[in-house]
Amino acid sequence: MAARKEAMMNAVRQEMALQNAQELMNKANESCYAKCVTRPGDSLSSTEQTCLSRCLDRYLDAFTIVSRTYTTRIGKEREARDPAALS
Amino acid sequence: MDQKFDEATQKELATFLEREQAMAKMQSSIQQLTGICWNKCVTGTPGKYFSSSEQSCLANCVDRFLDSSLFMVKQIEEKRNQGGFS
Repeated sequence: MAARKEAMMNAVRQEMALQNAQELMNKANESCYAKCVTRPGDSLSSTEQTCLSRCLDRYLDAFTIVSRTYTTRIGKEREARDPAALS
Repeated sequence: MDQKFDEATQKELATFLEREQAMAKMQSSIQQLTGICWNKCVTGTPGKYFSSSEQSCLANCVDRFLDSSLFMVKQIEEKRNQGGFS
């Protein structure tokens, strides 16, 4: 039973991580396509490829910064509302 | 596999799912904010690194967004108290 419970929890965690990664990739692609491929040609030029590759790296950086700032802020708000509930 | 979980395990799983759902909500806010702040702060062609002004813009963008959200709630409350909304 414990093994079945663990398996179920892991399946949920994996599904969440997958969803999150997919959403991040979709958003990165949308943002970077808009930025880097302004006039679509016959194929991706090397300039466009360089731009896309850098843009993807920066998008992931942005996600990290936003994530860190957001969680820090939420922690602060929680602390301000209920200083005793520090876990 | 048709064996049911005992009551304690069911409770534990319910708590676990609640927590995961809260996490998913937070992740989706972070995704949304990343998009909003990317559009506001990263205006040129993406470089090899973020400049320090881009970095601070992104961090400020998150904090000010949340400030705005709290501010809006306050405004609405004030309007409601003044009878602006019926």
